[in-house]
This record gives sequence, structure tokens and C-alpha cells, in this order.
Amino acid sequence: MPLDTSLVRKPFKVIGTRVRRPDGIDKVTGRAKYGADAFAPGQLVGLVLRSPHAHARIKKIDTSKAEKLPGVKAVVTAADLPDLTAGDRGLRDTLENCMARTKALYDGHAVAAVAAVDMHTAKQALKLIKVDYQVLPHVTDPDEALKPNAPLLHDDIFTEGIEPKPVKPSNFIKIAEYGHGDVEAGFKEADVIIEKSYKTEQTHQGYIEPHACLASVSPDGTAELWVTTQGPFVYRNTCAALLGMDINKLRVTSSEIGGGFGGKTHVWAEPVALALSRKANRPVKVVMTRDEVFRATGPTSSASMDIKIGARKDGTVTAAFAELRYQNGAFPFTWAEFGAMTAWACYDFKNVKSVSKDVVVNRPKCAAYRAPSAPIAAFAVESTMDQVAQAIGMDPIEFRIKNAAKEGTKSSYGPVYGPIGIGPTLEAAKNHPHMKAPLGPNQGRGMACGFWFNFGGQTCVDVNVTPDGSVTVAVGTVDVGGSRASLALAVAEELGVPYDQVRVIVADTSSLGHNDMTDGSRGTFSSSMAAVDATRKAVQTLRERAAKIWEIPVDEVEWMDGHAHAVGEKHGNKAPLSVKEISAQAANTGGPIAGHSEIVADGAGVSFATHICDAEVDPETGRTTIKRYTVIQDAGKAMHPSYVEGQYQGGAAQGIGWALNEEYVYGKDGRLQNPGFLDYRIPVCSDLPMIDTQILEIPNPNHPYGVRGVGETSIVPPLGAIANAISNAAGVRLNHIPMSPPRVLKALKAKKK
Amino acid sequence: MSNVSTHIHTVHLWGALRPLVGGKESVTSSARTIRELFRFLAENYPGVEAHIRRGVAVSIDGRIYRDQWDTELPAGAEIYLMPRIPGG
Amino acid sequence: MAVLVKTTINGDSVEYACQPDESLLDVLRNRLGLTGAKEGCGTGDCGACSVIVDGRLTCSCLVLGAEMEGRTLETIEGMADGDKLHLLQQQFIDHAALQCGICTPGFLIAAKALLEKNPDPTEEEIRFGLAGNLCRCTGYDKIVRAVQAAAKEMRGA
Repeated sequence: MPLDTSLVRKPFKVIGTRVRRPDGIDKVTGRAKYGADAFAPGQLVGLVLRSPHAHARIKKIDTSKAEKLPGVKAVVTAADLPDLTAGDRGLRDTLENCMARTKALYDGHAVAAVAAVDMHTAKQALKLIKVDYQVLPHVTDPDEALKPNAPLLHDDIFTEGIEPKPVKPSNFIKIAEYGHGDVEAGFKEADVIIEKSYKTEQTHQGYIEPHACLASVSPDGTAELWVTTQGPFVYRNTCAALLGMDINKLRVTSSEIGGGFGGKTHVWAEPVALALSRKANRPVKVVMTRDEVFRATGPTSSASMDIKIGARKDGTVTAAFAELRYQNGAFPFTWAEFGAMTAWACYDFKNVKSVSKDVVVNRPKCAAYRAPSAPIAAFAVESTMDQVAQAIGMDPIEFRIKNAAKEGTKSSYGPVYGPIGIGPTLEAAKNHPHMKAPLGPNQGRGMACGFWFNFGGQTCVDVNVTPDGSVTVAVGTVDVGGSRASLALAVAEELGVPYDQVRVIVADTSSLGHNDMTDGSRGTFSSSMAAVDATRKAVQTLRERAAKIWEIPVDEVEWMDGHAHAVGEKHGNKAPLSVKEISAQAANTGGPIAGHSEIVADGAGVSFATHICDAEVDPETGRTTIKRYTVIQDAGKAMHPSYVEGQYQGGAAQGIGWALNEEYVYGKDGRLQNPGFLDYRIPVCSDLPMIDTQILEIPNPNHPYGVRGVGETSIVPPLGAIANAISNAAGVRLNHIPMSPPRVLKALKAKKK
Repeated sequence: MSNVSTHIHTVHLWGALRPLVGGKESVTSSARTIRELFRFLAENYPGVEAHIRRGVAVSIDGRIYRDQWDTELPAGAEIYLMPRIPGG
Repeated sequence: MAVLVKTTINGDSVEYACQPDESLLDVLRNRLGLTGAKEGCGTGDCGACSVIVDGRLTCSCLVLGAEMEGRTLETIEGMADGDKLHLLQQQFIDHAALQCGICTPGFLIAAKALLEKNPDPTEEEIRFGLAGNLCRCTGYDKIVRAVQAAAKEMRGA
């Protein structure tokens, strides 16, 4: 990255200030347009027919009656989509998840879709589609799915990572192993060994805005897609590949996004909407119901795990072992492997090993969910760490500090760490007033650490100086949490102009080069890097134009405080030129003034956090209330501290929901029992306390302002922190997430006996 | 060519790649960039290329690179290949 | 058979025809172009569709458009006075009380209804008063602070 990363620009002028976000007024007045808020002339209503069975062969689909219903303009099944069976497995699975081809693999799997003139007609049409299913035995639990006689989802999955390659297909996708040293020898050196098994249930990202899009395919093959997404460019590329279109013919415009958390990094109904529009020759709007969101879009894995930690009485961990079994939903991926990579990443252990087993089950295809896979493993690891600390009589923070990874530690996923932030977050936690605050009856305090890989990726930013000197900035990373404010700050900082002189928009896919998605905590990290790069190029042009106006060499022009200054004694009489003055003469000095940046923002650096939690357990009902919560995390540099705090608080709240209440409940019939917010209960305002945050700023050497991604790590520690707090509050150790009142009550009753 | 020897790296591999290099935990390479390293692996170890297509990240002294194949592998650096991780 | 309805929305008299089974939310969004109310669940669990009907906080997905004859509705589109934001709207922006913003119209309507009934709520009263609205981004911390600040300002304190 050819950027000045020496941080000589400190102290900043506007970076780090809490400015008002540019999209604020639109969002508080109802003007902001989200996925479902678009309208196109002649638009049709698109609806999807979904399998009521967890596992069924599709023998025949008869759409003839639906097609004849007046007002129905198109009916689509897998027969209308390309058959990718012989091609790339990933692409084929993506398409077959959008529309089942030969088998329905989970309750909610799409089997057909209609486009009709109105909702009423579309609903009627769905009822007229006759699907002839042969219901098959199903499996929804990862441990059950691994058994030799489990119902088989795919006949072409042969466990990867076993030599020789199995000849029999199974649900067992892959086994992988990470770690170093000799764990067996390490356990022999231990004074204390704690060995426990854990389970976590499946949770959904739970964004409040359901998936929605408006697709319009023209007879000439060009198409427009308005959609709520974390990555319009990736949606474009994927939809084009799935439907056999040229990428340039599909223009994707991202709406304002009503939350994503990873769930809007995958396509779901969008290819279907395009197929419907292509067939109907009309714009088609598809808006999912909440029921569809739960049944057919990306939850994260449920899991079953075994953890073993051995330690000496002085607090040195001699060996640590984890076996993690994650279900991936109905299509193969490697979610458990990411759990195995992250499980022990906070610690410096001589002997450490994690084994992952990925498995398919009859549930919706798992999608990324904020630091995907990490919170699950961290729950099991952090719960066990506390039990080891207790067994050797050591304070849990001191125990973690003693074993924390640091610069030079060989990480459990392989590489040796450079400078990292787990130690500082632990020290900050130890010294935080929260740690010393008194606790009431039935209350307990817990803490836990968390790790996540951040990344950067392909990024593209255009900075244009308008004729009046105000600045427009086009970025390609969707703003999910206030990034437009941070990016405007970066441009204002570089140019030396006021924040409100800069307007940032999220461009459509035909206006800018490819951008990766807003995921991996990369939105602000990578786009600010590109924005700084683009602005520095614009500043260079501004200097050149000032030199032309003054008729002096460009190296005698300096840029300072938003003005060109002529330097040297002979230019002492020249008044500085503002952006406005220079841009007013743009036409006569060489044309429009702009800066562009197309980069790969690689080298993001890993991220750590430590959380502290006070929980109160009601002995009568088993209900847990979070009384106080503190998040400590390194941001590198907080460009807009309010939105960094927002990421910390939001991640913690999602983790609290996961820990205490949220859970997919499947019936014996393999159908999801709680596909709604009444029974899938995410935290409400009265469930939570204020969430305190402490932002550490240890500059990231790979970013011009020292910024680190902050979006994801905050969801990693809560599950373990709360389990530890409950244990300290009620004297019961919960090994099964969520720690809902019935589970806690059961544990309390078992303890009494 | 005198300084080639200083550019010999031990390239550590994650588990999935090890069977493709005869069960070893690492291979040695004189590659100077990620691109050279990937070419070296693809030419010498059939099967690795499929992984590279699927996505391989390279940790250089603990910092993870996913896309920038021109990134240099400094002499003496610790090189670790890892699967490419998705985000949320 | 469509039903003809005469009602008042944000001070304007409005007439519309709707199907007897059509929710008020669908009428607002699809027939009147008032898309500030959002559908997050369609079952009254998330509050993103909140409006005020005759002074009462209502999930517009749970009532019918046909029921609105002669009633007075307030939606997010009528909350600001021209270019002057309501104090709650201003405080939401100033406190960074929104991230994605999809729940924001519902929260503002619910907070307005709360403060009209209880101009000086405790933190707990705010939390329970807004418990019918889901936010997945913020953890509610900054929302509660924004409502506290607006309440204080509205009381002229």
C-alpha cells in the first residue's frame, strides 16, 4: 500500500470528532429508502413457495394452474434456471439454495416462485402450484448427522481431510486440525485438568429489515437490481454468474441497509427475482416475510464441543484441546474450521490442538454472522478457562493475563503474532472500576476474552472536487453503521476543509470499480484507506492547478489547512488559494479535479476484546438479568468514536441475546417452531443495561490513521462472560447456550439435590 | 544470484494442504512474493492450485494478506498459509 | 370489494380505497407512499411500523386500513415541523442513536408517545416504554440516552 503510514499527521483536526452523520436526517424523518421502499412502473409482486418438509425429493412440480390464473405473469422453478450440476460446487450450491432442484433440504427451502399483479393474486397462485414430494428422513442435530446411519443429504460429500478419501458419502464435510506442540505430553505435566462438553443452539443475525429487492430485466438483457445488501458488487457478480449474464449488464444499487451482520453477504431471493422479471418482462419486487427470513436465510451454526485444559498450580496452561462439531445447514462449508482457528487465539499455550468437524444437516444454509464461528468456540473455551482458574485458586483475569498471547507468541492457528492487543485489553479490564464495584444478592461477575480476524479487501473510492469547491465522494462499501460519516471525516482531514463540505454517497455498481462487501470489519478500515489515498491524489492535482494559476513550479506549492500556499521568499506576496478558488478555475487549468483510488486494503491485523459482565440470577424463575456490562477493545484509531462505541455495544447486545434467549427450535418433524420475533426473542430495551465501552487506541501500522476494523470482535466474548457471571452468581455451570430460564432453573434444581 | 540463499523460506501449511505435499508441515521456497510462492506451489504440488483458487491467505510475520499477491516475502519472514476466512 | 376511507394523516385529510383485509401498514406504504413505517415482522413484535392513531401508539401492521375511517394518524413523515426537526429526531442524530436506521422511525414514534404520557421518565420507564421496539444494531444504550436528553430539553430543563 503506497500510503504514508507514518502517522505524522497526528494530532488530527477532525478525525476522532463526533460529527452528525450525513444520512441522519433522512433516517429520522422516514425519507431514507431501504430495500422494500422502491417502486418501479408496472412492478409485480414476487412470492416464493417454500418446502414444508425438512427433507424431501421433489418428484414433480405442476405449475400449470398457477400460470393460468389471471394476473399471474411468471412462474419460475429450477427448470427456469441454469443447471449448474456439472460446474463449480460453490456456485451450484448457491443457486440450489435459492431454488431447490431435485431435493428440498430444509423446512423453508424455495421450490418455486411467482410474479403477479398484486399480493392477493400472487398468494393465490402459490396455492395453485402442486409439488409432489417424496418425504425423506431428516436430521437437524450435528452429532446425530455424524452417525453412520444418519439420513444422507448429499450423495457427493466425501469427508475431506481423511486419508485415504472415504468411498462412502456422508454428512461429514471435513475434518481439520490446528495447533502445535504435544498435547498428550502437556496434559501429563498438568496438576489440574478440566474436561467439559458444551452445546450452542442456532441463532439468526436478526436484522430488523427483511431481505427485499426490486429486479427489472429488460428484453435486451440489461438489468437493474435495487437491493438491501452488504455487497452490491458481490451480489452483481454472483447473480450474473448464476443466471448466465454479462456482469456489465446488471447494475446493482444498494438501498439503505436495515442491518446485515453477515446475513446480507449471501444471495437468497435476488436471483429468483431477476429470473421472475426476465420471464415476466416486468419489474418484480420480492420482499421476504419475517417467517421466510428465519426459515430460509442465513443463521449461524449450532454446535457441540469438547474442551480439555490442563494447567499447573502456578497458572501455566500445559495443554489445551478442543473438538468442535458445527452444523453448516444444508450445504457444505467449513464453519467449524473457523471455530478451530479462533478457539485458542487469545492465548500463548505450549501445547494446543483443535479439531473441527463440519457437518451438513436439514436446516437452512448457514451464513456468516458477525465474527462467524468465533463466539461459539469462545463460549466453550472461556467457560473452561474460568473453571481451570477456579480449580487452581487463581483470579480469572490474572490467569488469563498469565497465559495471554503477546508479540512473538505462536498463535494457535499457526503464525507467530506481531504486536497485538489482548494484553492491553486484559490490563484495562483488571484496572477498570467495574471490576471493583460491589455486587448485590444473587449477582455474579464474569469476564471473557475474544478474538477475530479482520480483513481489508478490494476497495475503490472516487473523490470529486466540484466547481464551487465542495467535495463529493463515491464509495463502494455499503454503510451499515455510520461509515459515511467516518469517510467524510477522512476526506475533510486530508483536504483540510470542514466536514460538512464533503458529501459521501454509496455508488452503484456501474459507477465504480469492484468493491468487496462490508464484512470482515472492513468497511471503514478499507474505505478510509482508499479515501485517504484518493484525497491525497486530489490534493496533488490541486497543488498542480495552483502552480499553473500562479505560474510557478509545483514543488513551490504546499498544501496546508485547505489551501495552496506558495512557499519561498519570492512568493511571499501570494495569498493562499482555497479549494474553492482553485476549483473555480478548473476548466482553464486542465479540467475537473478529482482523485481516485483502487486498492487492496490488505494487512488489516487481528483484533481482540475483553468483556466484563454482572449478571443476576432469579432463583425462583431461573431468569438472568444483565446488571452491568463493559466492553474493552482496541480500535487502532476511532475515527468517529460514537460509531465505534455503537459497534461495541451492538455486538455485546447480540451476544447477550445469543447467550440468554435466542435459539432455533426444531420440532420432531424437522420444522422450525419459532420463526418470528415473539418466540425467537432478541433483547429488547428493558432487557439490557447501559453498555459501557472503553476504546483502546493502539495504532495499526498498516493504516494511514492507524485504524483497525471494529465491527465484529464485540460479539465474541459475551457468551463466555455471561456463562461465567451466571456461574459466579448462582453456583451453577451452564454448558448449553442459550442459558434460558428453563435451563438455568433445571441446573438450580439439580444443584439443590 | 548471490543473495538467493537468503531468500529461502520455510512455508508453513495448514492441515488441509499437508497431504498434498507428502504429509509435511512445511515446504521450502525461494519465492520473493506471494505470487511467486503460489506459482511455485502450483507447479510442484498438484492439488494445491485448487485450494489457491478457493482462497488462500498468507500470514507474513503474523499479519494476514488475502489479496495482494505482489506483497513481498521479506528475508527471514515467517510465512504461513491459511484458509481464507469470511466475515460477517 | 374495496372500502373507501376518509382519515387525517399528519394534519392532512386523506381519502383512500383499500381491500378489507389490507393492513394499515400496507395502505400507508403501498397506496399512500408513506414508506417511513417499516415492516420488520408483520406480527406486532418489532415496532418498526409504529404510528400514532388518535393519540395511541399502534403497530400499523396489526390494524386494518379499513378501520381508519374518521381517525387521526401521525406517522414519522409528520414528526418534523417543516425543516425543523422534532427534539427527539435531533437528539437521535446528536447521540448517534441509530446505525442502520431501519428501526428509527418506530422508535421515534414510540418515544414521542411515551413522552407525551410521561414527560419525565426514569431510565427504567424509558426502557419499558420502548420495549415494543426492536433494534439490533445499537444495544439501545444511545437510544435511551437520546430519549433522556430530548425529554430533558422538552421539559425546558
